[in-house]
Amino acid sequence: MSAVSKFFQSKFGIWSGFAGAAVALFGIMPLLLSGFRLGLFAQFLCYAIVAVGIGLAWGRGGMLTLGQGVYFGMGAYLMAMHLKMADAEFRNGPGAVPDFMELAGIRSLPAYWAPFASPVFTIAAILILPTAFAVLLGLAVFKRRVKGAYFAILSQALAGAFAILLIGQQSLGGFNGISRFQYFFGYTINDPVNQQMLYFIVAAVLLAVVALSLQLRRSRYGELLVAVRDSEERVRFLGYDSANIKVVAYAVAALLASIAGALFVPVVGIISPASIGIVPSIMFILGVAIGGRASLLGPVIGALAVAWAQTTLSEQFPSAWTYAQGLLFIVVIALLPGGIASIPALAKRFRFKNNAEAVEATA
Amino acid sequence: MDMLVGQLLTGLSTGSILLLAALGLSLTYGQMGVINMAHGEFIMAGCYTAYVTQQVIGDAGVSLLIALPIGFLVGGLMGFILEALLIRRLYHRPLDTLLVTFGVGLILQQVARDSFGAQAVNVSVPEFLRGGVDILGTTLPKTRLFIMALAIVAVTAVTLVLRFTPAGRRIRAVVGNRDLAETAGISTRKVDAATFFIGSGLAGIAGVALTLIGSTSPTTGQSYLVDAFLVVVAGGMGRIKGAVIAAVALGTLQAVFETNSTASLAKVGVFIVIVVFLQLRPQGLFTLRTRSLA
Repeated sequence: MSAVSKFFQSKFGIWSGFAGAAVALFGIMPLLLSGFRLGLFAQFLCYAIVAVGIGLAWGRGGMLTLGQGVYFGMGAYLMAMHLKMADAEFRNGPGAVPDFMELAGIRSLPAYWAPFASPVFTIAAILILPTAFAVLLGLAVFKRRVKGAYFAILSQALAGAFAILLIGQQSLGGFNGISRFQYFFGYTINDPVNQQMLYFIVAAVLLAVVALSLQLRRSRYGELLVAVRDSEERVRFLGYDSANIKVVAYAVAALLASIAGALFVPVVGIISPASIGIVPSIMFILGVAIGGRASLLGPVIGALAVAWAQTTLSEQFPSAWTYAQGLLFIVVIALLPGGIASIPALAKRFRFKNNAEAVEATA
Repeated sequence: MDMLVGQLLTGLSTGSILLLAALGLSLTYGQMGVINMAHGEFIMAGCYTAYVTQQVIGDAGVSLLIALPIGFLVGGLMGFILEALLIRRLYHRPLDTLLVTFGVGLILQQVARDSFGAQAVNVSVPEFLRGGVDILGTTLPKTRLFIMALAIVAVTAVTLVLRFTPAGRRIRAVVGNRDLAETAGISTRKVDAATFFIGSGLAGIAGVALTLIGSTSPTTGQSYLVDAFLVVVAGGMGRIKGAVIAAVALGTLQAVFETNSTASLAKVGVFIVIVVFLQLRPQGLFTLRTRSLA
């Protein structure tokens, strides 16, 4: 173990790592990036929050979840419903119908919208609903020992079904989704100061989420999770219920995706089925794979890199970017399954081997 | 009564479409445990094969009949190359295979977009398949009947090949017990390549047939892939019989849900049914009995 990595494993190192990240996120980035770019960066940070969850479920728990878009979408739509209700209430008084519904010809508010006028209810729903759904689905799937590829396919089918379901709901904006928000808990969204505030919220949540992930990794539970990933039968033979262990990781990943979705809506200003279906869900995976699925910061860095590449390259070279995405999937996963995070270790082993050869040659 | 018959027939026809798309998968996924996300793109390749053949030949009837074997070859060769270059190296990492082949699928989609355009193209239906046939008071388009017939032929052919030819025997041996088969002198590498060729070729045939009922775009394959996977999951690994029953059952379910609610709710309904079904039979309808833990 090199001196650098040893330093970051120590208590002092972890604190200084977080402090450094906080300085970079809160101090340096707002200076470097103008208002529009800072908003874009906040959007990337939302993806990074999803990535932390995937890193936990897939990298540490071995559950390849191809349906995180479902939870991302749940959080996003729940938040969007509240923002729309608040906007409508501000314009036309309590119980008013949001503007996109008026356009779609819906005269009275659907019953399930009404509770979302309350911010407390909305936030509780964002935290509880997706998590509860993930626990239920996780119990149904993992208790019956459906795993590996079966689980991956099921989670993907779920994302597909969810997106199709949303397209069919005119009271949720249908194909176009929900957009044009004016207020975020009473603050005008278009105000640059408030946008910077939103960025700070997202950055703070990301730091908290990374801390949570770190805590989970270092706990006894984290050890068990890795054990389940590497040899589920053995863990079961030791008397643990491996299904429960997996459900927890899956539910935490769902919760993180939901929070990210809820933050995504005010930051980006639109949520539609196109950003939560099968393809966006699998794209979440790409960043995690590139960064290093099992490492702490790999998913974050990978997600940021992919999102950045996507926005800068996809408009100028849409065709080339798709080829690059495909190639990245192939090259990274086939040749570098540990992602960028594994490069130092690989380099060290390579150097080691060369040294060994050199020793043999001289002997 | 009429409505029930109608729904059953629609179910059968949806089921046979699913079955055509899933048959190749149940060979490669079901028998080899390889999840090939590019399977949908092989279907798409079959669709474009039909399109190109028709552009070259012109006569819709002749080109359809020629496109079927060509589609098999195109799909099969793509699968063969994919297996030789990538999948062979990843046999022990099924989840990674899934992601790698998804990357391959992305690239193939973009290739199709760059060479045929993002706009959907249409293949004209031959004269003898236009119109419908009345069965028990329900009108079924002839194209759907053709697809049903094709699905039956394909299933029969695969079953016969697996059961009665030496190559099929080798495939079954490798599926049953890879190590023992190898000890008995069977080249598992060659068998894997052959299985992949056949499975992917079936995707090509499915693609050619699907041009009869819909237009072709670079993302055509993707729309069939998830449903096809669900068929294999519900049917159980390694069983053609399971795939047939699951395809028909899911097709009928979808038809029944769709007439009683909307198409979007139908997808959700089918998903819920599958999750509940897996509660009862986690390994699918039919399973190969093994003592392995996996």
